[in-house]
Amino acid sequence: MVIKRKILIVDDSEINRSLLSDMLSNEFDIIEAENGMEASAILHNQEHEISVMLLDIVMPVMDGFELLEVMNKNGWIKSVPVIIISAETVPSYMDKAYDLGVLDYISRPFDERVVQRRVTSTIMLAAKQKELAHMVTEQLYEKEKDSRLMIEILSNIVEFRNGESGLHVLHVHTLTELLLKKLMEKTDKYGISKRDISLICNASALHDIGKIAIPGEILNKPGRLTKEEFETMKTHSAAGAKMLSCIPMRENEPLIQVGYQICRWHHERYDGRGYPDGLKGEEIPIAAQVVALADVYDALTSERVYKAAFTHEVAVNMILNGECGVFNPILMECLTEISDTLKKEFSEASVTDHFQRDLFETVEQQMMDINELNVSERTFRLLEHERMKYQFFANMSKEIQFEYTATPEMLVLSEWGADYLNLPEMILNPKESAFGNQVFSKEDFEQLLKKLKDTTPENSIVKETYLLNINGNQRWSEVVAKSMWTNEEPPLYEGAIGKIVDIHEYLEKMNRLELAMTQDSLTGLLNHNVAKNKISSLLSTEEGKKYILLLIDIDNFRKANDEYGHQSGDEILQYIGNTIKNSIRSADMAARMGGDEFLIFMEYKDTTKPQVERVFHKLHGKYKEFDISVSMGIASSEDCKQREYDTLFQMADKALHTAKHNGGHSYYFYDETIEAVWETKFSQQQYKQ
Amino acid sequence: MTVKQCYEAIGANYEEVESRLRTEERIKKFLLKVLNDKSYDLLCTSIEQNNMEEAFRAAHTLKGISQNLSLTILYNSSSVLSDVLRDNQKYDEKAAELFEQVKKDYEKVTEAIKNLC
Repeated sequence: MVIKRKILIVDDSEINRSLLSDMLSNEFDIIEAENGMEASAILHNQEHEISVMLLDIVMPVMDGFELLEVMNKNGWIKSVPVIIISAETVPSYMDKAYDLGVLDYISRPFDERVVQRRVTSTIMLAAKQKELAHMVTEQLYEKEKDSRLMIEILSNIVEFRNGESGLHVLHVHTLTELLLKKLMEKTDKYGISKRDISLICNASALHDIGKIAIPGEILNKPGRLTKEEFETMKTHSAAGAKMLSCIPMRENEPLIQVGYQICRWHHERYDGRGYPDGLKGEEIPIAAQVVALADVYDALTSERVYKAAFTHEVAVNMILNGECGVFNPILMECLTEISDTLKKEFSEASVTDHFQRDLFETVEQQMMDINELNVSERTFRLLEHERMKYQFFANMSKEIQFEYTATPEMLVLSEWGADYLNLPEMILNPKESAFGNQVFSKEDFEQLLKKLKDTTPENSIVKETYLLNINGNQRWSEVVAKSMWTNEEPPLYEGAIGKIVDIHEYLEKMNRLELAMTQDSLTGLLNHNVAKNKISSLLSTEEGKKYILLLIDIDNFRKANDEYGHQSGDEILQYIGNTIKNSIRSADMAARMGGDEFLIFMEYKDTTKPQVERVFHKLHGKYKEFDISVSMGIASSEDCKQREYDTLFQMADKALHTAKHNGGHSYYFYDETIEAVWETKFSQQQYKQ
Repeated sequence: MTVKQCYEAIGANYEEVESRLRTEERIKKFLLKVLNDKSYDLLCTSIEQNNMEEAFRAAHTLKGISQNLSLTILYNSSSVLSDVLRDNQKYDEKAAELFEQVKKDYEKVTEAIKNLC
């Protein structure tokens, strides 16, 4: 199967688009866009699939020039060749278009052969360019790999003689890179570029080559060196530098120059107390300063013939305390700030991984530098593969996934999500779209966008719950999103990716459970515990108000249970529960305390009798064959000076027992008489015992 | 009426358009599309509502379409109108005059195309 190349036609006139499409559709797949905004949405997703773009200038919403500016900003102009098809032929227009990276111009009226020829030759040119770029990438990679290998071999020879593993060179390389990157972030004082970092890191491998000139018995002496031996040892820095400067015809190579600085001065110290030249402060080249620090750190954390390895924390502390000589204060700051990364880097990832990754970065960097395409064909296929994978998982997950871009503002929904919401996958101006003011309420959507914009690259996750309108249904949904930032310094906000998960059922279940926790399952009244808490808090917070507590007990309930069975017993309890619900006001509170006992708590102003009377009479009646009557005990908060639930409850309970004791079907208010009776009873019982 | 006769009726060069667009069938297909094109309506309503930016774009689109199909008279009048609208951004006497001409030419062109069916 021959895969047709894709052409994007951007023109606001349908006739013009279909005329071009008519001329080109035999050879190419045509994608059409009505204006710059639509085109940028398509480019955002399919940048690498578009072989050429035919662009009109005068268009509504976003015109051709504005689109070209967006393409420049996003780097799309490098991978998508653009041909202008505008009816405008004013020279100023054409100049501006060429300045913005346009490759060719097809003037009107369209001639079929001209259109086909121009499109084909532009595509061929771009393809050639891509092919070349790919070749250059491969060669750069090989070259970079080889030269690094040479440096590594060389430094390994030194270390082998030194009885060390080759790891020291790799460690120093990694450390130097981390330190330099941090330094570049903090200051531009040293004028270090990304290329310089790569150069210094490479050259760092050479720092100890001078040791080749040191006699083996000194180099590998396990004990302390004598003063003379140490003086010999110290010559390795100058010796290494001399070796580099003696390479014929190469003295101007950047690697040699930086290597020289590092070899000669990686034992200098910031206070001028190092060797061999006793340079002070910024007299020491920054490359040497950084490698010196990296060298010291790795020496401390590695085992040597004369010492054991220190832990990361100890090593950093020793350096910060100046136990290994004085370093540049700004480098001390860098070391402190990369401390966590450093610890992780050396414990988790293997150093060779880091090295490989770094190699790729360097090649990529060089590709960028020579201003070529930076996506090779292989990366391209990988991307395609990743996208298929992503799409599959996105569809399986039953979540609405989205990608939001800040400029030009648009939102891309996952295929499944778009289908589910009945919206297009590509949404331009989301704030004004059905997504931004129907699915989300306008305020919610703007709040979400603001939250994302207010994040930082380090703290980029936003998690919020919103009530969304999904095809006319109100659904509680959770939005989890991550803001996206550019790689620049400082990073710029680009947009966000995220997903929307329906948590409606889950929330409802939680709410029901919460309700169930507070309710008595049989009657739907509150349970005793919840009522107790609520009453306690009312008693303590509403100090000016007066309340009564009614305890209710069904007379002869056990008899009903025995005669008619538990089923009927439950029905009676439900009946009572409903009756209580219907005979209290909404501000009152009713609960079942378990068994056949109920509780009512109500506020009163002057008198209490009428409402007690009302409840009592309502509860007197017949349920099926069973005659219902109740006993009630009532206590008022006025009699309870402590305003404590437990005390109030005991009072009402005493009144209830009095009612029961006197044959039931009556109610009693707690008062001093009842208290007196109880006291006698209580003391009598005490007496009996 | 053949396509060639249609072009003759509006004083345009059929041979020129045929050499560019290659087949009579294609030319006819796109001429018929002109009848459904919205740019002319957009031009009229934009002028009514005094939206000169939109009017300019509509005139410009009309110009592009008629140019591609060699509808010479309409191309000429819409071309001049779009230039004036772009430069002036307001609807003055001159623009009104040019708009009248575009109207006339559009009627004439669409009349001829309708006879094709």
